[in-house]
Parts: sequence; structure tokens; C-alpha cells
Amino acid sequence: MTTTESNLQREHTGRSTAGGTGTRGTRVIGILTLIAMVWLVAFGLGFSPADRDQDEAVRILYVHVPTIWVAYLSFITTAIASGMYLFTKKKSLGWDRLAGASAEIGTVFVAVTLIVGALWGRITWGVFWQWDARLTTTALLFVTYIGYLAVRRLEGTHQQRARRSAVIGLIAVLEIPLVHWSVRLWRSLHQEATVLDTDRNTDMDGLMLFSLFVGVVAFTLLYLWLVMHRTRGMAMEDYLDDRGLDEALVARRAEGDAFVADHATMPTAAPAATLGTEETT
Amino acid sequence: MSVWRIARLVARKDLQIEWNSRVLINQVLPFAGVTMVIFAFALDSDAVLERVAPGLVWLATMFSMLVLVQRTFAIETDDGALDALRVAGVDPRAIFAGKAMGLAVQLLVVEVVLLLAAIVLYRQTVPAGGVVLLVTTLISATCGLAAVGTLYGGLAAGFRGRETLLPLLTLPAVAPVLIGATRAVEAALGTAGAVVSDGWPWVGLLVVFAVAFGVGGSLAFGPLIDE
Repeated sequence: MTTTESNLQREHTGRSTAGGTGTRGTRVIGILTLIAMVWLVAFGLGFSPADRDQDEAVRILYVHVPTIWVAYLSFITTAIASGMYLFTKKKSLGWDRLAGASAEIGTVFVAVTLIVGALWGRITWGVFWQWDARLTTTALLFVTYIGYLAVRRLEGTHQQRARRSAVIGLIAVLEIPLVHWSVRLWRSLHQEATVLDTDRNTDMDGLMLFSLFVGVVAFTLLYLWLVMHRTRGMAMEDYLDDRGLDEALVARRAEGDAFVADHATMPTAAPAATLGTEETT
Repeated sequence: MSVWRIARLVARKDLQIEWNSRVLINQVLPFAGVTMVIFAFALDSDAVLERVAPGLVWLATMFSMLVLVQRTFAIETDDGALDALRVAGVDPRAIFAGKAMGLAVQLLVVEVVLLLAAIVLYRQTVPAGGVVLLVTTLISATCGLAAVGTLYGGLAAGFRGRETLLPLLTLPAVAPVLIGATRAVEAALGTAGAVVSDGWPWVGLLVVFAVAFGVGGSLAFGPLIDE
């Protein structure tokens, strides 16, 4: 690896070593995630009791609730990172990549929430889907962030991508409350959130509540681990794009030089090598 | 020139182009009409059609809106007109407001025609008491739709694959308008025994939506097209 190349890579990834996206930090978080997951399986499938009404189906909630929590966490992260990109002077692509990585992971987790929720609904309500406020909002949330990810894949430079997706990331924050409000007006059957409802005491079994807590911890760690790897993966993708451009520039300049050397006697000007990279746009 | 004055000029230019090319009359309105007819094929029951007519009117409006938005930005990007406007130093908020106003006028025409189609094809009646609610709903819903359409239309303009990206971004965003406007029109027309007073809370939702996307859109439009 040449010096320029490694400089370019350091600029993108903040690190100079080639190879994977792991660091000591991610390895520690990864191991903690694994431990927490084992812990969750032990409590979710083993120690916690079956519910009086929902029977064994209650165990689905130890995945359902943590995944939607992580999805909200990722979309909030996306919104904050989008704002940081737009409203700071530096226009750092790091914020943009954090926003994108977080949205990708959030979208996957919403999908998991919807799938396990449908399974739970089939067992408990007898149907996969109810047109109630929370379900419908979640489905629209899912589609909204699929749209956000599609915007990220539009053609253009990294900075253009960053600005467009940051704006869409912030508009989604405007969109979701409006959708939620309208759908709630439309209809509501879903069980109100019991755990976060401060007005009345939760009558959940202590062990169930603890299993849920373990689930939230495990999935939050998983989110952290994924988002760190994915952000660095995206940095590498950007780096590869730029390196492709740089290599093309070097090749074209060599062609130009060869042409000038061949026609050295002719009074034509050498091709000016003034093409800029995307950072200047 | 003030933002407001430029916005009116942009809107007038759009409507002038529209009037000269007749795309709305020759293509979009026939498309909307066909949609109303094929809804009848799919639902295949007079009673069901009578019940769901307001919702079908708004669904057809949204499908037509997608076509209109493509059109209103195609005329900007074909000759690089949007870039020219930006290079000329025109305030992006003015472009946004102008494009949205032009779109809103075209949408209103589509909505009125679709309502007439619903009266003829789906046996709807407009009671005198519901006229005020109906007109208010049409105007507030149209403002919201035009703001969302212009915002996402501007984003997708000039890219390959915009035809597929626009519906994906727009339809989830306008879901509140579909819900609110359908309920309000049901109340105005007395569909399934709805009473007029039921409709006004929905108009509130539509107004909040229009204001939120009007303000948000005019702020976001600049960064989106400024490339």
C-alpha cells in the first residue's frame, strides 16, 4: 500500500490497517452481546413462566418488544446524525454513514418486529394482522425507511448522497408523528403500552419483566455492535469508490503523458491535469 | 422580487405550459376516469361502491398526483430549467411554493372531476349542509398533497429510476391525507350515515398536515435541489 493510499484510507476509516471492520471495542461489545443473548435465551425460554392468558406465546414478546425498541433507537440515531451532518460546518461524511448504517439496521429490526408480531397475533388474536393504530404506524414506518434507504442509493457523489439523505432522514421525523396521529384517530385496538405507563402499576410478573429487560439489553448491545461494523463497512465502500476514481485519474494522466511524449515535437499543450475529486463539489 | 411574487410567476409559468400542452386534460383526467371505472370492476357491487366512494375518489386523486408530479418536474429537468432557475439566484422557497401552487390548481381540477364521476358512477349525493365541509376538505387536503408531491418530486427529479422512487416516498407520507380526507368527505356526503359535524376534526388534521409539510418542504427544498 502506498503512502497516499493509506492516507486516503485513514481519512475515510480513521484507521490505517487494512482488513476487517473489527476493533478491540467491537470485539468486547460482540462478546458481551453473545453473553447477553445466551442470558436472554435462558430467561426467555427457560426461567420465565408461561403467561396466564397468552400461555407460551408470551415468550415471543421477549423478542418483539426489544426489536421495536432498537428500531426506534436506530431511527432516532439516524435523525440526530442527519441533523449533525446538515447543521455542522464540517459536513463530515462520518455522520452520514452513521445515519445510513443506523437506518439499515433499524429497518431490519422493524421487519423482525412485524414478523414476530404477526406470529404472536396469529396465536393470541387468531389473525396475523389487525388494522390497529400501532401496527399500521409500524408498517408505514417500515416503508418510510425503505424509501430513505432507496434515496441513499441514488446516483451522485458522497456529499450529494449525504445531503439528500440527511434531509429525508429529518423529514421522516416530521412524517412519523403525523402518520401515528392520523392512524390513531382512525382506529385503536392495540393493547396500550403497559411497561412505560406510569399512571398505573404494571401487573407483570417480576421474572417476565426481568426477561424483557434482558432482551432490551441484549438487542441494544447487538445494535451497537452492528452499527459500528456497518459504519466502518460503509467507510470502506466510500474509500473503494474514491480509490477507483483516483486510479482512473492516474491512468488517464499516464495516457496523456505518453501521448505528449510521442508527439513531443508538436506544439500542442499537454493535457491539463486539473480534474478534481468529488470533495471539491 | 419578493418570494411571493416569484412563486406566483413560477406557478403561472407551470399552468401556462400545462394549458398549452393539455397533458392534464388529454391524459391525466382520462387516466383518473379509467381508474374510477376499474374500481367498479374490482368491487363489483353497487352497495359496496356507494359505501367506499369517498375513499376511491382520494385513491384515484393520489394515483393521478403521481403522474402530475412526474410531469411538473419533467418540464423542469428536460432542458435543465431547474438548474437555470437556481443559477439565476431564485430563492428555492419561491420555486417550492410556485411549483406547489401550480400542482395544487391541477389537483383541484382532478378532484372536482373525480367527485363528479363519483356522483354519476357511484350514486353519491352532495347534501346542502355538507358543501362547506366538502370545499374546506378539498382545499386543505390539496395543499398537503401538493406540498408533499413537490418536495419528493424535486428530490427525485433528474435521476434514473425516479418513476419508481416517487410512489415509494410519496404514498406513505400522504397516508394521513388519505385517511383524513376520506373520513371528512364521507361526513360531507353522508356516506353510511355519517353526519357533517364528524368531519371537522379530520379537517383539523389536514390543516396541520398541510402546514407541517408546507413549512418543512420549503425549508428542505433548497438543500435537496441545490446540487
